Amino acid sequence: MTYPKRFIRNRVSTATAIGATALLALTACGGGGAQQGTATEFTGEYTGPKVELDYWNGFTGGDGPFMEKMVEEFNAEHDNIKVVPNTIKWADMYQKLPAAVQAGEGPDVGVMHLEQLSSNAARNVIVPVDDLAEELDLTGEDFTEEVWDAGVYQDARYGIPLDVHSLAMYYNTEHFEKAGITEAPTDAASFDEALKKLKAAGYENPFWMPAKWPSHLMNLSLLWQNGGEPYDADGAKATFDSEAGVKGLEWQTSIIEDGYSPKNVAIDSQYVAFKNGENSITWDGIWQFNDLESAGVPYAAAPIPVIGEDDAVWASSHNFFLPRQAQPDENKANAAKVFIAWMSENSATWAGSGMIPARESVREEGALDGTPQEPIAEKVDSMKFLPPVPGLGTVQAETLEVGVDNAILGEQEPKEALSKVAAKASQLMEENQASFGK
Amino acid sequence: MKSSSQLGASSKEGAPGRQPTTTPTKIAAPKTNKGVAKQAAGTPWLFLAPYLILFIGFVLIPIVFGLWISLHAWDYTRPLQPFVGLANYTALFQPDSPYFESFWSSMEATGIFTLFSVPLLLTIPLAVALLMASKFPGRNFFRAVYFAPYVLGVAVISVLWRYLLDNNIGLVNYYLGVLGLPDDTAWTTSTPAAWVALVGVTVWWTLGFNAVIYLAALQDIPAELYEAARVDGANKWQQFVNVTLPGLRPVLSFVTIVTLIASVNMFGQSYLITLGGPGRETRTAIYQIAETGLRNFQMGNAAAMSYVLTLFLMLLSLIVFWLFREKKEGK
Repeated sequence: MTYPKRFIRNRVSTATAIGATALLALTACGGGGAQQGTATEFTGEYTGPKVELDYWNGFTGGDGPFMEKMVEEFNAEHDNIKVVPNTIKWADMYQKLPAAVQAGEGPDVGVMHLEQLSSNAARNVIVPVDDLAEELDLTGEDFTEEVWDAGVYQDARYGIPLDVHSLAMYYNTEHFEKAGITEAPTDAASFDEALKKLKAAGYENPFWMPAKWPSHLMNLSLLWQNGGEPYDADGAKATFDSEAGVKGLEWQTSIIEDGYSPKNVAIDSQYVAFKNGENSITWDGIWQFNDLESAGVPYAAAPIPVIGEDDAVWASSHNFFLPRQAQPDENKANAAKVFIAWMSENSATWAGSGMIPARESVREEGALDGTPQEPIAEKVDSMKFLPPVPGLGTVQAETLEVGVDNAILGEQEPKEALSKVAAKASQLMEENQASFGK
Repeated sequence: MKSSSQLGASSKEGAPGRQPTTTPTKIAAPKTNKGVAKQAAGTPWLFLAPYLILFIGFVLIPIVFGLWISLHAWDYTRPLQPFVGLANYTALFQPDSPYFESFWSSMEATGIFTLFSVPLLLTIPLAVALLMASKFPGRNFFRAVYFAPYVLGVAVISVLWRYLLDNNIGLVNYYLGVLGLPDDTAWTTSTPAAWVALVGVTVWWTLGFNAVIYLAALQDIPAELYEAARVDGANKWQQFVNVTLPGLRPVLSFVTIVTLIASVNMFGQSYLITLGGPGRETRTAIYQIAETGLRNFQMGNAAAMSYVLTLFLMLLSLIVFWLFREKKEGK
């Protein structure tokens, strides 16, 4: 099946090319104090009539207030651009966005996860931003290779990475102190020892193993640590039921069998329990720093320990995108680009949200010095990202997540649980491939 | 829910209409009928228009359009929607298709929920209504208390109960423990406990609606009938069986159908309280349809699923109608 995608893409890139010229002509003035010191200065400014930009994102966690603050700062600095953020849960946003864009009611700019870019590109929901990357002088050298390359679908770039974020291990420092643990565990043995010590210190269930989110991300991390790959290279087959994945899941269930975790940990309860000091260790996204800070838990963060052989952890990245517009508005498109450029340059500020700025140059300038995520950012090279396969996100939600859930709840043995859903995932991926093309 | 409350209103309006059969006001009826006959032919249509337009726009057209969608590989985010004939339907009946198992397990979940929630939602509200119909101090307050949860949205009650029912950090298990009862029931992550939780929450949430309808019907039963029964020496139970229940029969069929439809359409509770878990055991048919159509953009498959579900629902409704009609004829 082929779709008349080229035509639209050409039209959009013509429109954006005009905008690019306008931007380049205006690069003389502009720029603010906050941008000083970045390696690649982008001083483009928008001088057209006042526009309002509808900006969709899903920063509903501890990162939300920070994004709001940045948008306010941007608005204060730009008299003729008003960015109006619309924050909805990621899952809901991914559901709404295609429908909204299709109906011509989409936003002017937005943020989505790396693994969503290919699906939305294939659905013609978002448009290429190659020219913007060029204007910003962004190249792969400033980013982790995997993050940068994953933004490309069928030879066109669809996302400008803002940050990378991974799973992290949070631990209660008070509990650790009482148990006599001085250093965060880094491998299977020291992790097990820490759990034993915590248990001995009277913390009955130190590490809760959730059945739902982020359980499948833990499983993916462990699979990568064991040297496996969840999906084959060309996105036609699910391989998360390989030895590596099963081993990872078995480790997860052993945490419950060994009594370190209660059974049947429902959605979010491991995190709520951590905030209440009911458990000592929890694995969660690094974007929770601010939330934990405001909860007043004595906590610290460390990279998740290497349970398998290699250092690896699940990670994703927030990417700015430009949605397809039913009636392209040049002013808005330009303003949106100014916004993306500003955000990319100020990604050092975004580090305050707990995220790790995607640009190496920003990180090297010390954006992360003294932040809680600093030790995790050091492992940026061991971060693993899902491959850019269209439709993979929903396939994974229907299969891997269900399989992991079943195993953690003790409904099925890990091997059986994974192989059953992997077969279904492969079936769905084949269907997707037939529908989207390679 | 909207539609059911509309139905509720119309049944209330219908209630006085039933009275003429037992009271002498019957005589006045022919006169008013004559007046109606003089109207122009278009008049009834004009009166119908407001509802008819909504009905055509939001029920009739979607039904036909949905049928059309179910014959295509319909992804509304794509430029082409290829025609696939009955493939979406056959996929639901072939055990080796990826949709077979997820669909039928969700139908099973809907079946389990309906089986347990409908009888409870028919009987408990009746008991509550009987209680509320008697005279005691603070009656209006208690009526309000029982109806109050129904006013809340599904999101509110679900998030509330999700935390209350959490087996590790929830209040329900905590207080069960305080009372010396088993406090490790996984209300949201294991079956059958999850079904107990979902049915329980639904009963608590919606019993007010059925209770109010019952209450209205109870108040329509003429006091003379009870008087006559008492004179005949009927005790409380005999009065209930021979006066109250027959008096409730017309309302009972309405309540049964509405409750049945609401139960078969259950979605929000399992979507928010159990997230369909454990695994996908509490994922109901509507949940599966929403997931397929709105999250995976496979509107064709989702439409086919809805038609299969509708078919089941129609069959069930027919059975209920038949059951109630037969009793009437037998009388």
